[in-house]
Amino acid sequence: MELWKSIPFACILLPLGSAAMTSVLKGKFARRWVCIVLTIVTVLNAILTVIMSRTGGYYTYMMGHFPAPWGNELRAGQLEAITGFFFALIMLLSFIGGLKKIEEHILHDKQSLYCIMILLLTAALMAQVYTNDIFTAYVFLEIMTISACSLITARTKGRTLVAATRYMIMNLVGSGLFLLGIILLYDLTGHLLMSNAKEAVAALHASGEYHQPLTVVVAVITIGLAIKSALFPFHTWVPDAYSYSTPTSSAVLSSLVSKGYIFLLLKIYYRVIGLDVIADTGVLNVLFVFALVGMIMGSLSAIRQSDIRRMIAFSSVAQIGYIYMGMGLGTDEGMMAAVFHIFAHSVCKSMLFLAAGGLADASGNSKQFRDLRGAGYRSPIAGVAFTIGALSMVGFPFLGGFSSKVNFAMAAMGAGDVRMTLTLIVLAISTALNTVYFIKTVITLYRKPLDNVVYPVERGQRGFCFNCALICFSVVNIVLGLFSQPLVQLITSGLATFG
Amino acid sequence: MAHIRNDYENSWWPRLKRWLQGGSTKLDEAMTKEYDESREGHLVGTIEEAQAREDAREEKVRRQLAEEQTMYTQAHQWAATHGQKTARVLYGLFAVIICVSIIALLLSTATHLPPFGNADNPVNNEVSQRYIEKGQEETGIVNIVAGMILDYRAFDTLGESNVLFIAACSVLILLRISRDPNGGVSAEQLAVEANDRMYEPKNDIILQHIAKVLVPIILMFGMYVIMNGHISPGGGFSGGAIMGAGLILYLNAFGFKQTERFFTFKTFQIVSLCALSFYALSKAYSFFTGANHLESIITTGTPGALFSAGLIPYLNLAVGLVVCCTMYAFYTLFRKGDM
Repeated sequence: MELWKSIPFACILLPLGSAAMTSVLKGKFARRWVCIVLTIVTVLNAILTVIMSRTGGYYTYMMGHFPAPWGNELRAGQLEAITGFFFALIMLLSFIGGLKKIEEHILHDKQSLYCIMILLLTAALMAQVYTNDIFTAYVFLEIMTISACSLITARTKGRTLVAATRYMIMNLVGSGLFLLGIILLYDLTGHLLMSNAKEAVAALHASGEYHQPLTVVVAVITIGLAIKSALFPFHTWVPDAYSYSTPTSSAVLSSLVSKGYIFLLLKIYYRVIGLDVIADTGVLNVLFVFALVGMIMGSLSAIRQSDIRRMIAFSSVAQIGYIYMGMGLGTDEGMMAAVFHIFAHSVCKSMLFLAAGGLADASGNSKQFRDLRGAGYRSPIAGVAFTIGALSMVGFPFLGGFSSKVNFAMAAMGAGDVRMTLTLIVLAISTALNTVYFIKTVITLYRKPLDNVVYPVERGQRGFCFNCALICFSVVNIVLGLFSQPLVQLITSGLATFG
Repeated sequence: MAHIRNDYENSWWPRLKRWLQGGSTKLDEAMTKEYDESREGHLVGTIEEAQAREDAREEKVRRQLAEEQTMYTQAHQWAATHGQKTARVLYGLFAVIICVSIIALLLSTATHLPPFGNADNPVNNEVSQRYIEKGQEETGIVNIVAGMILDYRAFDTLGESNVLFIAACSVLILLRISRDPNGGVSAEQLAVEANDRMYEPKNDIILQHIAKVLVPIILMFGMYVIMNGHISPGGGFSGGAIMGAGLILYLNAFGFKQTERFFTFKTFQIVSLCALSFYALSKAYSFFTGANHLESIITTGTPGALFSAGLIPYLNLAVGLVVCCTMYAFYTLFRKGDM
């Protein structure tokens, strides 16, 4: 077996093993160690992406000396590789960009614990992406939940404890429902390996046996993961959790943790239940309706905010709605658009959170719009990055958000029937609403500050790492907009072999 | 010809515009109007007239304030009595309806599931068959469960032991009293900690005598359960929990002074580091050789012997130590915020 086939294994085991090691390192060394590990994981995933895009197809990797239904198994294809690459890259850039803030916000003797959380979260995300076994997915989902919770509580200021409690309660309900779904599924099929479970489910579906429990399985798993990824009616934990934690945590939570759950849901739809069975249960229609309502309501709530981080958090609710809307269309193009939007939104949202942190710093640590006037001049790189991110969210041409909106519109045209009309209308309304609050913010950033306010001079103090991360994020955003076709093709062919 | 509205400012579009800009509401308008009115004729007339106007305005404001006060009181009273009650009743009603319907749905699902213990159930397939029939031959275990979780599906258990580790770390982030000078620990917290040490029940003779007898037995039994995990029921998770309970009993009987001689935060760090690193490294070796179909140096040995079944006894020991430390760490952190 070629050595490159071990990359998924290395991507999971390396952060997992180094997490325990981090507990004895002191603050600065722990942070450097995390940077090194994350860089290695990113590079490895990039190599795997390049190789997989050339060879195509997928391969399985045996975890241990026993073949798949008995032992554990990893499976890597084009879609997994590219998702792993994006997740690792965003994790790395978010961590580097927020280094200064981590130093400032988190107590010194707890920074190595924070680094442990970041590393274990990376390992869990990689496991989520590459695993071919539902129970492994559940174990690492637990790690994701706990580490996300600690990422919020790591900053002891503000309402982080309330936010974390809310986050934990909602997420544990989600985990519980997901576990219930797995138990029922195992009882019906006798398999935890995804591919074997799919065969069994297809047989059950064809024979019409256990129809009701199977529907309940689909419903329970979908609702569980929808709660965890903050689909519209279950989004109440979002604003507090995203707005009070340190910027790295907000970026990671909004762009990676929730996307990891969505990716897992996609994987279960494709590889465990099968898309035709899913379509028969009608759960996609429910997701579609919730997504449409979420797109509007999230944006409306975002408009009313006077706090920049809360506004971005509510915008996340709307953007999660976009992703679920793509899935709800039920067509291949819809799924492709959803996956593309996972990437486009992750890149954009983490950049917005980091930039908002920088802008707030330049405005006397205030996140209120009235204090942020003129912040774009005081912190130029953060201002430009925020503008690029905002334009991308709105769907300005040549940026990532535009490509994904085009993809959604094309997918809607392909879907035909009433979904097309609904999608196009809501997409238009939501885009208009996005424009209202994002452009309003950008204009605020470049207005003359109020006369009676004097800001502490902090120009250039944000440091090299922060600027580097924001520049990288901007470049990725522009690349996603200008050269989206190769990625679209990669996702399409990846989805074809995903199931 | 277009119809011209006189009350353009009150039509829906300007209202929407104002709402979006977070601009003036009805209350703002009223206040502005009143202010403007009060400005009119401000400098007209004699001092007496101005005084009279001032008095009238003062009287008006006072009356309005009183009205507002009554209104607020009434509203608060309503909210505190009827409103709160209504909201609570409605919330409870919805919660009950939703819970009952979910329970009904799940119960009806349970009745549709394959009958319990039936030989034809889907779960009795080739997977469990191989675990039962070939488990001993392939992994060298007598306890099938240990073979399943530590050899066949060792990757899941690796994740699971990391769940314990991350849970301990989360509690450390939350509860460990920080020594960081800028904003960590307050004098109050330190005083509370000192207090806790002063009043901890370390002089309970009955407890101490019983603990003296029990703790060694508990610890030994825990070790026995861990080390015999591959031969008899038990294993790292259950044995570690027993050992952790023994340590907690010892702590309660003799106090922190005694336990700190052998168990501090450093001990916790080193034990979990060694156990988890050993687990990750040995399993990484085993996964890598397995996936590449290489010969592994790990042999199964004689089933039933203490040191058999390849890595399983050592992995059990690693898991047991992590569980034990985590249990003890939870207890001490919740008790006084440090180890």
